[in-house]
Amino acid sequence: MARHPATPAAAPKVRVVTLKIDGHDIGAREDETILNAANDNGIRIPTLCYLEGLSEWGACRMCVVEVAGSPKLMTACSTRVAEGMEVTTNSDRLQRYRRTILELLFAERNHICSVCVSNGHCELQSLARACGMDHVRVPYRNAAYAVDSSHDLFRIDQNRCILCTRCVRVCDEIEGAHTWDVMGRGVDSQVITDLNQPWGQSTSCTGCSKCVQVCPTGALVKKGTAAGEMEKQGGFLPYLTEMRGNR
Amino acid sequence: MSRTIKIEPVSRIEGHAKITLTLGDDGRVEDARFHLTQFRGFEKFCEGRPFPEMPALTARTCGICPVSHLVASSKACDHLLSVAIPVTAGKLRRLMNLAQLVQSHALSYFHLSSADLLLGMDSAPEQRNIFGILAENPQVARDGIRLRQIGQTIIEILGGKKIHPGWMVPGGVNAPLAEEQRQKILAMIPEGLEIAKRTLSSFKALVGRFSEEIEHLGNFPSMYLSLVSPEGGLEHYDGVFRIKNAEGAIVLDKVPLVDYARIIGEAVEPFSYMKFPYYLPAGYPNGIYRVGPLARLNNCDFCGTPLADAALEEFRALQPGKPVSSSFHFHYARLIEIVYGLERMGQLLIDPEITSTRVRARARGNNSEGIGVAEAPRGTLIHHYKTDADGLMTWANLIIATGHNNLAMNRAVKQSAQHFVDGNDLKEGALNRVEAVIRCYDPCLSCASHAFGQMPLEIELVDASGEVVDRVTR
Ligand code: SF4
Repeated sequence: MARHPATPAAAPKVRVVTLKIDGHDIGAREDETILNAANDNGIRIPTLCYLEGLSEWGACRMCVVEVAGSPKLMTACSTRVAEGMEVTTNSDRLQRYRRTILELLFAERNHICSVCVSNGHCELQSLARACGMDHVRVPYRNAAYAVDSSHDLFRIDQNRCILCTRCVRVCDEIEGAHTWDVMGRGVDSQVITDLNQPWGQSTSCTGCSKCVQVCPTGALVKKGTAAGEMEKQGGFLPYLTEMRGNR
Repeated sequence: MSRTIKIEPVSRIEGHAKITLTLGDDGRVEDARFHLTQFRGFEKFCEGRPFPEMPALTARTCGICPVSHLVASSKACDHLLSVAIPVTAGKLRRLMNLAQLVQSHALSYFHLSSADLLLGMDSAPEQRNIFGILAENPQVARDGIRLRQIGQTIIEILGGKKIHPGWMVPGGVNAPLAEEQRQKILAMIPEGLEIAKRTLSSFKALVGRFSEEIEHLGNFPSMYLSLVSPEGGLEHYDGVFRIKNAEGAIVLDKVPLVDYARIIGEAVEPFSYMKFPYYLPAGYPNGIYRVGPLARLNNCDFCGTPLADAALEEFRALQPGKPVSSSFHFHYARLIEIVYGLERMGQLLIDPEITSTRVRARARGNNSEGIGVAEAPRGTLIHHYKTDADGLMTWANLIIATGHNNLAMNRAVKQSAQHFVDGNDLKEGALNRVEAVIRCYDPCLSCASHAFGQMPLEIELVDASGEVVDRVTR
């Protein structure tokens, strides 16, 4: 039986704009973010809460860039490109800000890499290394955070959580379970399962492990892993998103 | 007028400590105490953490013997998992434990103590370190550095890192031994053994010069506690508890490791942060016992490797029919154990099973309580954990090797101070002997590595009203 390709839906009209990123002339679709346009052209901007295949969040501020004419720094993951824009992705000022952001993340909760299950496979840790963060100049809060080990397969260690909300988004947008959410405000914010029930008692969790695999740090992990043994496999995400036709 | 002499910090040991000597009116030493002056509270850090993190976490107690903590902790976790680990995993853990024994004993003997032995207890303090040895007898210094390097390289080959390898995990080890790694380690053994043999014979030649020290450096009757294999052989990884009394008679034998609390009690004293374990049935402080190389050799029936067994026979001849009681002979015992460690590693490495790829048992936390015991270079090391239903730690107790020897070290300090120190005529060499008796035990106080041989030593003479009447600094 002959196969016929489905008639393509009429593509919406999207304009192409030209802009400069780090002095390079670049063409991009007007609905693209600065981050996407930069990535497409081989310019790397550090990110942490951003994950291809999930909605944009703009929480961690690692991807801040300078846009000529704007006194404010913009997050590359959530700012659209515009005609004639001039973007700088790397400068002394940006490096300083990024290092400070990382220092604040380390100081806020308790990161003791040497004994952490994610040691050596952690996005926060490798970003700190890449950004040259060798000291934390603000005092550590040393606040006590709980570890919830009630789930049969997984564990959440709030000490290592950086509130990137990747777990919340993947659970809602890809798995469709919406087990995870954020509770509280400011420094008291915390990711929770169901209505702040122990994870092991969650009736909505399907046990799919997507949240664990996309978590950038040692916060969401598989049980039974010893220090340095938790390697995440987040590669499924772009594939799943594509197979769903970006629905 | 009673006076006090403080030796603080004690030099060429692992960690910070001080010694206080209280002098009577006649200037003779009345009392002596060995204090641990720092507090780290590792047991508290463990609370609330998932138990599989314990091997890595507790290994941070020590930069010299992290492997010992890895072994004891992994074994306590095996107990929590309620599994028998694959045979090869046990052999691999044993291999790494022996590599650690060799490197740690080499450090103790060559880097920390050989200066006292080769240059003399009264030699100039600024010479009395590994650099002094390097100037005086470069071959010995080279041997020490090489032997330690061999031990550390083996640890690195097995675990990927010299210090704090993450290879030992609950249920076994996380990577098998590849043929190429096996060959590499095997190739280092003969050189190590040559050094070890050379060192042992040069030590034996030296012993005659130290008869006064042998007699008075912590030479007293005590019990001895160690692991032995079920057959009664020298043991460092598993086995059962054996206790001998000062006469050499077996008081208790074949005590399962999980029953440690039946035989060991822990007392506290206001003058030290270190607890005072004692043999429970004998009460405190009568239940004084010693652990470590001396205790292991006194307790075992045989070593199980040819060179070490021959050396053991000579060692036994020091005090025929009785345990060897002088703390000075910790050094001797250490050298025999280095020979044993290298020989035994050679045996393990030619075992065809050693490269099997079945090296890990997987399970969840099935027990709520886990106990792991092993012989660290300095003596018996006990990790005891309790967890909640989700596998989070609720309680931990670590009894470290140096702790067991606490009562004995205090007794030894007093004995050597009473013999060597005259408060009316304070000599640096005499104070060095008081320190040297502590170095016999190779205490690992903070269980952290510190600069050795270069630590300032301060001795203060304090009169009854607390006034400093004299101070010597080096
Ligand atoms: S989560 Fe990452 S940064 Fe935090 S302790 Fe673990 S390895 Fe270090």
